Amino acid sequence: MAQRSIRLLGTQRALTKPNYFLHLGGGITGFVVVMILVGMVWLPYSPTAMSSAKFQAPSLAHLCGTDNLGRDIFSRIMEGAGSTFVIAASVVLLGLVAGTLIGCLTGYFGGLADLVLMRVCDALTAFPSILLALVMVTIFGLGKYQIILILGILFIPSFARVVRGEVARQKSQNYTASARLMGAGHFRIIFRHILPNILPVMLPTVSIGFNNAVLAEASMSYLGVGVQPPHASLGRMLAEAQGYLGNAPWYAMFTGLAIVLLILGFSMLGEGLNQRD
Amino acid sequence: MAKTPILEVRNLNSFYQQGSGLFRSKKRRQVLKNINLTLCPGEVLGIVGESGSGKSTLAKVILGMVTQYEGEVIHHSLRPQMVFQDPYSSLNPAFTIGRIVEEPLLIYGKYGTVERKRRVREMLEDVGLGEEYLTRFPGELSGGQRQRVSIAAAMIVRPRLLILDEAVSALDVTIQDQILDLLVRLKKENNLSYLFISHDLNVVYQCCDRVLVMKNGRVIEENTVDGIFDHPQHEYTKQLLHAAE
Repeated sequence: MAQRSIRLLGTQRALTKPNYFLHLGGGITGFVVVMILVGMVWLPYSPTAMSSAKFQAPSLAHLCGTDNLGRDIFSRIMEGAGSTFVIAASVVLLGLVAGTLIGCLTGYFGGLADLVLMRVCDALTAFPSILLALVMVTIFGLGKYQIILILGILFIPSFARVVRGEVARQKSQNYTASARLMGAGHFRIIFRHILPNILPVMLPTVSIGFNNAVLAEASMSYLGVGVQPPHASLGRMLAEAQGYLGNAPWYAMFTGLAIVLLILGFSMLGEGLNQRD
Repeated sequence: MAKTPILEVRNLNSFYQQGSGLFRSKKRRQVLKNINLTLCPGEVLGIVGESGSGKSTLAKVILGMVTQYEGEVIHHSLRPQMVFQDPYSSLNPAFTIGRIVEEPLLIYGKYGTVERKRRVREMLEDVGLGEEYLTRFPGELSGGQRQRVSIAAAMIVRPRLLILDEAVSALDVTIQDQILDLLVRLKKENNLSYLFISHDLNVVYQCCDRVLVMKNGRVIEENTVDGIFDHPQHEYTKQLLHAAE
């Protein structure tokens, strides 16, 4: 009996492959998040403190060197990654909540609301998003919160579309019909019966959305319409670093590395969650 | 038979709209043609017929899921419930078995938490599922067990009429027998009436009192089970019986 159970355990282990994506992605994301959290309470140097030590190569005193104003790049990356992370997370949250609401209503009820809202979403995606974002900047103005609002609106269609399709699929299942028969109202069916079933499908969409939001924030800041100086943001730093690629290559290198880590961690986490079942 | 019927259907016609485009004219396809039926308390009425004969549409009209109809559907009971054919899509995969059976009570909002949980346990026991099933998910259950859960969820609001749309057709024969036994027992204990929709005449023979034979949306023959099986009148009924042997 004991032997038999050991054998069974053995086959089970062979059947479930270790989920490298989940572990590695979780590790990278965990590391990045810890660095960001630490950066909120403590930084090696003030990210805005200038000094005469300009363009210093990476050393023990300045892990990533210093920039054109003698500011510590490592401290600026920690702060910049923090604001990029917060912006991306808020953008995804905004897009997710609004997109889920719209997707639920259009997917469930169909009809005119579906037609109008989905065509509005089509119109939003038809324009190049950077152009649309720039137009909206002229309407809402510059700044951190404006960027969140603008990118959030631009992210609604991607979530709405996924949710709409899933809700429509779930609606055709018999369990919603039987819930109707039991006298459940439409909103109870949408939010209590259907929504829990589409959440697992939403996870990869959220991780992809987060990555796109990081890139979008970085490109907005790179164009100078994102986070405003003197605050650090990864995109803004990359834009500044470009001018000093020749005499301070570490500036662009470490900033780019931070963006890569942030995105790589999250996309691997998303892929891992996708493969989990 | 002086009892008041539990369900009456009079001169029922039902239609599906076909083709609703800008350039196509709308066509109405009639799926139910002049259906009349009565169902008495404690009776099991079988409805048989081939695919597309309108059996399921009839059930949907009776339950109010299809609204395009003419004629009368008169319920003399509250909350008729339905058990679906496919035990794989009729249970919410995100809910535990306990929650699935509790949900109708939550919707009616009638009892307190303790009373609800007690009724759920009682109901599950009634359909032959122990307490250990409360926290399981539909995905962990077999087809027969799922159908038991469907029956429990339908029965917990104490309906007097249960519509079984091919409720045992997706199950293998031994499980079919178990579920039929369960249905017969529940009927006796709760004075239920069943509208038993099936294409399988053997199953119908096992559990029905009266049978309606449907073809192309029409009722072509109606009789007691023995009458249908021993003296089929219509040619189509004879064919069905022949095919089932």
